[in-house]
Amino acid sequence: LPRPTLLREQHYQYLKKGLRHLSDSYECLDASRPWLCYWILHSLELLEEPIPAAVASDVCQFLARCQSPTGGFAGGPGQHAHLAPTYAAVNALCIIGTEEAYNVIDREKLLDFLWSVKQPDGSFVMHVGGEVDVRSAYCAASVASLTNILTPKLFEDTPSWILRCQNWEGGLGGVPGLEAHGGYTFCGTAALVILGKEHMLDLKALLRWVVSRQMRFEGGFQGRCNKLVDGCYSFWQAGLLPLLHRAFFKEGESQLSRQRWMFEQQALQEYILLCCQNPAGGLLDKPGKSRDFYHTCYCLSGLSIAQHFGNVDLHHELILGKEENRLAPTHPVYNICPEKVAQALQHFHQLPVPEADQRHGASTDMRAGVTAGIA
Amino acid sequence: KLFLIVIVDSLVHWADLEPVPQDDGPNPVVKIAYSEKFSDVYDYFRALLKKDERSDRAFALTAEAIELNAANYTVWHYRRVLLQALQKDLREEMRYITDIIEEQPKNYQVWHHRRMVVEWLNDPSEELEFIADILSQDAKNYHAWQHRQWVIQEYKLWDNELEFVEKLLEEDVRNNSVWNQRHFVISHTTGYSSPAILDREVQYCLNQIRKAPHNESAWNYLKGILQDRGMSSHPGLLEQVLELKETHCSPYLLAFLVDCYEDALENNNQKETLNRALEVCEYLAQEKDTIRKEYWLFLQRSLESRFGPSAASGEPLADGTEPPAGQQELS
Repeated sequence: LPRPTLLREQHYQYLKKGLRHLSDSYECLDASRPWLCYWILHSLELLEEPIPAAVASDVCQFLARCQSPTGGFAGGPGQHAHLAPTYAAVNALCIIGTEEAYNVIDREKLLDFLWSVKQPDGSFVMHVGGEVDVRSAYCAASVASLTNILTPKLFEDTPSWILRCQNWEGGLGGVPGLEAHGGYTFCGTAALVILGKEHMLDLKALLRWVVSRQMRFEGGFQGRCNKLVDGCYSFWQAGLLPLLHRAFFKEGESQLSRQRWMFEQQALQEYILLCCQNPAGGLLDKPGKSRDFYHTCYCLSGLSIAQHFGNVDLHHELILGKEENRLAPTHPVYNICPEKVAQALQHFHQLPVPEADQRHGASTDMRAGVTAGIA
Repeated sequence: KLFLIVIVDSLVHWADLEPVPQDDGPNPVVKIAYSEKFSDVYDYFRALLKKDERSDRAFALTAEAIELNAANYTVWHYRRVLLQALQKDLREEMRYITDIIEEQPKNYQVWHHRRMVVEWLNDPSEELEFIADILSQDAKNYHAWQHRQWVIQEYKLWDNELEFVEKLLEEDVRNNSVWNQRHFVISHTTGYSSPAILDREVQYCLNQIRKAPHNESAWNYLKGILQDRGMSSHPGLLEQVLELKETHCSPYLLAFLVDCYEDALENNNQKETLNRALEVCEYLAQEKDTIRKEYWLFLQRSLESRFGPSAASGEPLADGTEPPAGQQELS
C-alpha cells in the first residue's frame, strides 16, 4: 500500500468555500451556524491555514449577531440562546483570538445565561425550556473557564450529577441510566477535568471502556459497544486518552508510557487517512457516507490526537505517511489549538469575574425570560 | 397541506404582517443558500416572533417552519407557548408529534417536545408502545431509549420492562442498548444484592456467552454486575470461565480473567495469581487483542507494580521512586 496522504489542498478548498457559502442541504443546520464557524475554523487551524483578517472580522461580526440580548449565543441571528452554539461561538472566537473577537463576548450576560439554564440538581438544560444532558455541563464549563466567569457556586452539584452518568460499562451516558456513549463520555470527562474533579470518576473502568471502543479491524472507534465505526469518534473517544493520561498522572500513576497514548495511534491514522477522506475535499464517517463539516472537524481533530503525544514539556510525534500529513496539535479539553487556549485564558483572566445576577433562576417554558421575583 | 400552502403564499392572509428578513449583516459567513420557501416561511416566522403574536396562523406556521428545519429549537419553544396560549388540543398535538418523530427519529427537539406534551397531559399511556415501534425500526435509537427510561421512571411503569428486554435480546443478543436497559430495570427494581438475583443474572450471561462467545455486551454486563461485589466472590465462576476458555475463547474472556485475577490479588496477593494475570496481559497485548497493546502493557506494568515483588521488598520502582511503606510481605 502506498503511504497514505492527507488531501490538504482539497480539504482547504472545501473549508474555504464553506466558510462563506453553503448549499441548501445545510438548511438542517440553520439553527447551528456558530457550529459551522467552529468546525470550519478549527479544521483550518489544524491544517495550519491562516484565516485572512477580513474573514476573521466577518466571523466576529456574524457571531455578534448570533449573541442573544439576554446572554449566550444562538444558532443564528434572532434565535434563542443555546449552550451548544454558545460553546461553538466562544471556541470560534478564541481560535480567531483577536481583541475584536474577545470583545464580542458579553461576559456579564453570558454568566446570566448560564445561571438561567442551571438546574437545582447540578445539571444544566441546553436552553431555556430545553432538555438536560451531560453535553450542557461541558458547554457551560468550557465557556465559563475560557472567559473567566467561573465561580464555584455556578457549578455546585454539577460534578456529582456528571458522576451519576458513569454506568456499569465504565463509560458515561447522556443522563444517569443511559448507555455509555463516546460523545457524552467525552463531555462528562472533559467537564470534570475543567472543574478539577476528574478523580471522582472510576478512571480504571472508564479507561477499560474507552480503549475497548477501538475497532480491531477498522482501527477507528465506535461510539458504543457493538455498534459501527465512525470517523467522528476519532476525537470523542480517542480524545479521552490524553485526558485520562493526565488524570492518572495527577493521581500518582507511575507506569504511564512517556511516548504513547493508550490506544493504537497508527491504526487510527490509517483509518482516517485511508477510509475517511473525500477525494474532492472534506472528511466523513465511513466509506460510502457523504462529507460534512462536522466530520471534517472531528476526523482531523482525531488525526491530530493520534499524531501528537505529550504536553508542553514532553512531546512525541508519530506521523503516518509523509511529514506533510502533520497537523497542528489540539487541546484535548477544548479542542482548539493549545496556543489559542493559553491566549484566551491570559486575556480573560486580566478581567474581573462578573457579579452574577442570580434572580434569573431556572425557567420553565411558560415563564421563559421572566424574572422570578426580586429579592 | 394545500390549505397551509395557501396560508403561507396568500398575501391576503399575511398582508398585515411585514416579513422580517434574516439579519446576517453586510459580509455574511456560513451563508446558507435557502430555498425560496424556506426564506418565506422563516421571514414570516421572524415577524410573528417579533410581535409575539399568539394566533392560529402563527401556530400553523410553526408546523411549516418545523418541517423545513425540525432542529430549530426557537420554533419549537414558540409552538409550546402557542399551545398553551391558544389552549390547543394536546391529544391532537400528540398525534402530530408522533408523526414527526416517525419521520425524524434522531432529532433532540422532537423527543423533548413529546416529553413536554406527555407531562402536560400527565398521560404516559401511549409511550411504551410508541417507543417500541420506533425501536422496531432502529433498536439502538438513543433518544428513544432516553425517553423510555424517563417514562418508566417518572410514571413507575417497571412491571413489564424486563419482559420487553428479554424479547429484544432474543431478537438481537448483541444489542448493547438492551443490555443497558436490563441493568436499568434490575438496578431500579430488585437490585443485584440478593444472591438469587445475582446468580440468575450470572447464569443468564453465561448462557448467552455459550451461544455467542464473541458478544462483548454479555461479557461487559457480567463484569459490570460483579465488579463492585468482587469478581472472585462468586463461587465457581473463575472455574467456569477457565472451562469456557477451551471452547469459547475470546479477547473478552481473557480480559475477564485478568479482572478476576486482579480482584483475587486485591484480597490475597499470591505470586501464582500475579503470574497468571501478567501472562494473560502479555497474551492479549502480543497476540489476542493487539489493537489494545498499549493498554494491556500498561495494565501489566501496573499489576506488577502494585502486587509484584518490588512492591513489597522495598526496592525502588521503575521510575526510581520508593514504594510506599507498610506493604504486606508476600507469603
